[in-house]
Amino acid sequence: MGGMATAESYVLAIGTKKGLWLATSPDRKDWSLSGPHFLMSEVPSIGIDTRDGRTRILVGVRSEHWGPTVFHSDDLGETWNEPEQGAIRFPEGTDAALERVWQIHPDAESRPGVVWAGCEPISVWKSTDGGEHFELNRGLWDHPHRGEWGAGYGGAAAHSIVVDHTGEKVHVAMSTGGVYRSLDGGSSWEPRNKGISAYFMPDPNPEFGQCVHKIAADSAVDGRLYAQNHHGVYRSDDDAENWESIADGLPADFGFVMLTHPGRAGTAWVIPLKADGERIPPEGRLAVHRTDDAGATWKRLDAGLPEKEFNSVLRDAACVDTAEPAGVYFGTRGGSVYASADEGEHFAEVASHLPDVLCVRASAVSGAALPGAALSGSAVSASAAGA
Amino acid sequence: MVLPSVLQPLAGGQSFLTAPADTAVTVEGVLDEVTGEYPALSRRLRDETGAIRRYVNIYVNGNEIRRLQGLATEVSPGGEVLIIQSVAGG
Repeated sequence: MGGMATAESYVLAIGTKKGLWLATSPDRKDWSLSGPHFLMSEVPSIGIDTRDGRTRILVGVRSEHWGPTVFHSDDLGETWNEPEQGAIRFPEGTDAALERVWQIHPDAESRPGVVWAGCEPISVWKSTDGGEHFELNRGLWDHPHRGEWGAGYGGAAAHSIVVDHTGEKVHVAMSTGGVYRSLDGGSSWEPRNKGISAYFMPDPNPEFGQCVHKIAADSAVDGRLYAQNHHGVYRSDDDAENWESIADGLPADFGFVMLTHPGRAGTAWVIPLKADGERIPPEGRLAVHRTDDAGATWKRLDAGLPEKEFNSVLRDAACVDTAEPAGVYFGTRGGSVYASADEGEHFAEVASHLPDVLCVRASAVSGAALPGAALSGSAVSASAAGA
Repeated sequence: MVLPSVLQPLAGGQSFLTAPADTAVTVEGVLDEVTGEYPALSRRLRDETGAIRRYVNIYVNGNEIRRLQGLATEVSPGGEVLIIQSVAGG
């Protein structure tokens, strides 16, 4: 199978509508692609957890026939494990069933073992054993607003989870419902959407009900968040108490992606789409836009991207790594995946003609060899057999 | 109970699972019995609420149970329960 990469390599995990591909690179320029894993199952969520001296790849997998589940691999995709009772199961009494895992978010370095998940139906989950078993967050599940939350086009889900360095302040974004904040580690939640428009509702400025597509925290400024809304790009400097538009300078304020720099204040990336009713790059010209001043100005980045591209980029089909300079990665619904090793200044195509890209995650992998991924079985169950 | 090949790895490689019964039992009872020691197999067929997944079809003696009494459909001793995934997707 594929070649071996050595220490200080990079792995890029690509979740698609029909399976998972893994790309590896020694330098973030030359990539080797292997896969698919979980062929014919969608992979809408990936978490790469490099804490605790190991690299664990967690994937939310969903078969149209056999339902959703979570697998993890501690050997970079050589084998996959599925907890016997399932990692995420709605408890008795909720009368709910897991539909799809939308987000897998390893917590801070200081909290090894803690992994968060955002799911459909709208729910947040927390694991303390590295993602093998998750517990339903009851504060959000039992929230009195639940009955009024709705479903976006892709389903009703909690898709963004942002946890601060203390572990007490947690922001969640859901479509539709908007941003909710907890100041007690997730026990209780309040909506925090002041300033975010819900133009599609009778009251365009409701307390909640917004269709926030993605939120991300500024890693270097406490209390600063960015949001890509269903029309609207926003920043908050006060832990989501107030949001203000930072869309000026962008070719469009619609889109799904919001990325922030892993260590530098004020830097964020979006990938605009023309509009709700025209979900294509503006004028068919795909570009990433980066701000280095917290949204005051934006720079168009399209070097290495195709001249014409009419596919959209979904909310988790983009990510950054933690290297210096930061790498930026994204995939389209047309199955192309692009990588930049210089914060978006130049992109190169890592893969093309894959199924719709739903999720990408990248990480440096130290002290480990990267095996070439074998073609695994044709369904969730067959992959489990290799565990 | 007859499993499609794709699910057999979740039942220790078996293509047939049997449930002892002297009298008629429900499909639900059969599923509970045969998947008891294979929780991953159970999750592929039914969700947490116990509902059969949308694109999983279960036949008793050649009849799809959604056209019978669903999980309450009775299976006679010696009867066959067949699991087939729908033809679906694109």
